[in-house]
Amino acid sequence: MDGMRLDRDCTDDDGKCAAKRGYTGEDGKGGAKLVSWNRRTGAAAWAGCIFALILAIYIAGALMPDGALRADFAKKSLPPSLEHIFGTDFLGRDMFVRTVKGLSLSLLVGTVASCGAAVIALVVGVTAAMGRRWVDHVVNWIIDLFMGVPHTVLIILVSIALSRGATGMLAGIALTHWVGLARIIRGEVLQIRSAEYIAVSRGFGKSAPWIAVHHILPHMVPQFFVGLILLFPHAIMHESGLTFLGFGLGPEQPAIGIILSESMRYISGGAAYLAILPGLSLVLLVLLIDRLGHTLRYLLEPKEAQL
Amino acid sequence: MGKLKSWGIRGGVSLGKLKSWGIYIGRGVALLFAVSALSFALASASPINPETRYRLSHPGVSQENVTKMREYWGIDEPPVGRYLGWLGGLVRGEWGMSTTYRRPVLDVIGERFSASFALMATAWVLSGLTGFAMGCVMAAARDRWPDRILRRICLFLCSVPTFWIGLVLLAVFSANLGWFPFGLAVPPGVRAESVTLAQRIHHLALPALTLSCLSFANLALHVREKLVDVYQSDYVLYARARGECGAQILFGHGIRNALVPAIIMQFGSVSELFGGSVFAESVFSYPGLGSALAKAGMDASDIPLFLGIVMISAVFIFAGNLTANILTQVIDPRTKGVG
Repeated sequence: MDGMRLDRDCTDDDGKCAAKRGYTGEDGKGGAKLVSWNRRTGAAAWAGCIFALILAIYIAGALMPDGALRADFAKKSLPPSLEHIFGTDFLGRDMFVRTVKGLSLSLLVGTVASCGAAVIALVVGVTAAMGRRWVDHVVNWIIDLFMGVPHTVLIILVSIALSRGATGMLAGIALTHWVGLARIIRGEVLQIRSAEYIAVSRGFGKSAPWIAVHHILPHMVPQFFVGLILLFPHAIMHESGLTFLGFGLGPEQPAIGIILSESMRYISGGAAYLAILPGLSLVLLVLLIDRLGHTLRYLLEPKEAQL
Repeated sequence: MGKLKSWGIRGGVSLGKLKSWGIYIGRGVALLFAVSALSFALASASPINPETRYRLSHPGVSQENVTKMREYWGIDEPPVGRYLGWLGGLVRGEWGMSTTYRRPVLDVIGERFSASFALMATAWVLSGLTGFAMGCVMAAARDRWPDRILRRICLFLCSVPTFWIGLVLLAVFSANLGWFPFGLAVPPGVRAESVTLAQRIHHLALPALTLSCLSFANLALHVREKLVDVYQSDYVLYARARGECGAQILFGHGIRNALVPAIIMQFGSVSELFGGSVFAESVFSYPGLGSALAKAGMDASDIPLFLGIVMISAVFIFAGNLTANILTQVIDPRTKGVG
């Protein structure tokens, strides 16, 4: 069903009507039938399940005792088995524990970084669209500036400026990832701005900031949250990448990037499981979050959503 | 009639167009200056500067030496003065000395640029061709199983970090199967003159494959979208009614329409390509700009080289976007007379 355009009034209970009909925005097969279990409730349940799973990964990683990461040289470099499903590393630490802890840390980093980026995007986007023309020009120019340097390079620069480590990386990710969302929000605000009730409000003598807060921002809530969640995968991938290169989290942290950069030394010895399993877990986490974002978008903006 | 006329002036350059190109290039140059200022500001804000590094590597150094050193690096100069000095050097072609390689930055960049360029160009062409072909296959078989499977693969690849693909390829093809070398651009211990082209390609294959995974999935999905739109258009319906077969429709109507956005997108992906090359080159220890950037940044002392590579990447991206803009107007007759 991926990629199928869904129309709002499609409420068939088999949930496949859109797939069968293909893209038909206008034909009125669905109607306003009141079904207790339609695609929206299905999507909401789906989103709830994904969210619960992601939360479970986070809690599992946060609650796992650090003792589980104690070095045990009797068990070093074991391939995956029933006892250690991801194998053990060169210090005899269980790779599954390390991976779950790493995913948990990634979630934390991703939350902070994408919240930062989304807030920047919201402020910049609304300012650009609500302010005077020159403000818009300046903002567009800054966006061009940020697009003119590869993200990776810019994050490394910010990371160096803040002497590497977690803070630098978080700032770097937040400062580079707002661009896309800011553009979307700016476009949305420009559309709303020309609405009649805004003109009426202005006629009542309300100031631009008042209108922005009371009439514009509430409309941005869905965009904001969906955009925030869709920023997440990028933030996590950049986090692991930067950590892998050595600009992010320190080697004492149980991060996936650290696991993968350590595994580089053992791949030639045939210990591919050290790289493949933790990396695959990260990819699955990213896919889960991405799916959550798209499901939420479908719930919040049924017209434009693709599920 | 208007259409005929616009076809007629194909290749002609009007004054208005020249002016708009002038503005575009002017904006680009201004942007490059802004990039230089931004990156210089960030780099000089770093607490890791030559002095702290010097003190770390020479504990118990005398104050006199530190003063000399500060003088040598110009640390006491105001930042704006330092920036202007550096900028002047950039314009004159004196990009400073790389502290790790002990050679002029431009020499190091020039040497590594050719390696990086070979890598990026290969990956770019590879991802462009595979992505476009895959998008066509998906659209032609839309909503049937080949489309579903390929689309799953593409969505999966969009969520995979580049360096992990590199690690997996390394584990499978180098460690397990032994088909490809573990890294570097040439076999170790061989004189530079006697390295054959085959050896270079052998070393280039895995990094290029890694790098091409970065963008081809995205491209394929976009081409598919575009082609599905075409397939739902009235003129394709008419073509079908005339009795054209699937291949005729794909080659006669589909590809022609999907090619322009695909080319623009592929040129626009230059930025990601450069970012990805940092990872691909680091995983495979490939001696290009990306790995040099990561290394210069790690030491945090080789700021001249680092900033030089940042500037090169900005120029590279600007060139990519400019090409995309020019090609749009050259290839697509409908955009004529608009710019």
